[in-house]
Amino acid sequence: MLNVRIIPRLDIKGPNLVKGIHLEGLRVLGKPEVFAKYYYEQGADELFFQDTVASLYDRNSLHDIITKTAKEIFIPLTVGGGLRTLDDIRDVLRAGADKVAINTAAIKNPKFIKEAATKFGSSTIVIAIEAIKEDDGKYYAFTDNGREFSGEEVVQWAQKAEEYGAGELLITSVDKEGTGEGYDIELIHMISNAVNIPVIAHGGAKNPSNIVDAVINGNADAVAIASIFHYSILKEMQSATDDYKQEGNISFLSSGAIPKKIETSSISEVRTALLKSNIPTRF
Amino acid sequence: MGKEKKICVIDFKLGNLFSVLQALKNTGLDAKISTEVQDILDADALVLPGVGAFRDAMKNLDNLNLIQPLMDSVQNGKPLLGICLGLQLLFKESEEFGLSKGLGLIQGRVTRFNSVNSEGNARKVPHIGWNQIHSPNNSSWSSSPLDKTQKDEFMYFVHSFYVDPAEEVVLSETVYDGQRFVSSILKENIFACQFHPEKSGTNGLNIYNRWAEMNKLK
Repeated sequence: MLNVRIIPRLDIKGPNLVKGIHLEGLRVLGKPEVFAKYYYEQGADELFFQDTVASLYDRNSLHDIITKTAKEIFIPLTVGGGLRTLDDIRDVLRAGADKVAINTAAIKNPKFIKEAATKFGSSTIVIAIEAIKEDDGKYYAFTDNGREFSGEEVVQWAQKAEEYGAGELLITSVDKEGTGEGYDIELIHMISNAVNIPVIAHGGAKNPSNIVDAVINGNADAVAIASIFHYSILKEMQSATDDYKQEGNISFLSSGAIPKKIETSSISEVRTALLKSNIPTRF
Repeated sequence: MGKEKKICVIDFKLGNLFSVLQALKNTGLDAKISTEVQDILDADALVLPGVGAFRDAMKNLDNLNLIQPLMDSVQNGKPLLGICLGLQLLFKESEEFGLSKGLGLIQGRVTRFNSVNSEGNARKVPHIGWNQIHSPNNSSWSSSPLDKTQKDEFMYFVHSFYVDPAEEVVLSETVYDGQRFVSSILKENIFACQFHPEKSGTNGLNIYNRWAEMNKLK
């Protein structure tokens, strides 16, 4: 097993870092650049930026954030959200991203994966799968932040994405995302065992032992983590939230409320938990 | 005060050179990305970066008429830093898509990771992530850009192919799922690594810095 990667995930809306539940109900947490720098200094293995709005207007502000970040942060940066054309991918790579994550455009046209992988290399292309378990007990891939049903069963879709040239898969459990109920192990395990490319588990982590679980029982190669780390930083430095622009829901900050289920941890605490369970990770 | 040394990052129109350029600037070097023959000839040192396919890279270098000036510069002693595909391109040939011809500055070939490991289980390819660089037989890294790097330090890798040198150039080795492979080489004025020092945090930046200092570029 290769060293498990710890990837802080930053959801971006306009100029702000946000966090929601089930990919909805976004709260503003602060400036993404501040959080990104902090994670770099704490020893994150990579960073993942997701543009939650992905409109043309917001795209420029995302590019600014990426460029500013890439100038002082020397670990891999992945950017996702609303990338629909080869030009969109090229622009975000030029802004300083190393990899891109694609969901909607790939489901609508799987050949887009092949085109993108051929042009930019497979290892640049991450396919993001937003999974929801339906009443028939099967998991299906959704698009547009978990809002639109695609009809694609996740395992078949994951295998097709691999076949078309995806370099990695980011699996988000929309059901668990932001809830602190733990990863959807069944989902992660099912996909990990069906493909031969790295799988990044995302959605639901409450504490380091959930993360250990995603690796041992889900066979994840990497974990994307938001709440555990973001709220940990907020606890430490309330000043990070001082002078951001007002956009979205900021009322909760004044109350200092952190979702009850989340047990905040630092990156090194997560690493320690992995190493204690004999899971290899960078130390 | 001497004139500031110029670094040319050779652009063959594949992949993302932003982080390589940022790392060189962060090291305090005057670097620029170029596809121009004259910039290669004028530079004090060259960086051959690269993400993407071996054959496309060679084809693009050829179409841009960059192969000859690159070869002449390196054979005349100009320092060259090769990164990832930029390491692989230095070799004689690659097994990617049949057999593709490389620059041939180093004897040996480029091979793909087997998708089955020695225990018969599936090996995930590409090799993506952080892995350690070891010194073969615990040999010394002094007089190389790794001289300030700790043995067994972690670096960031993204690749499906690795180099198999047929001459004594190995500086470090790395093991991926049971497969030992060469992760950096040093041959006179050529230093090249399979990992991405510009993506390996401060330890990686330190390699850029030592490469620059050793070649008196700063």
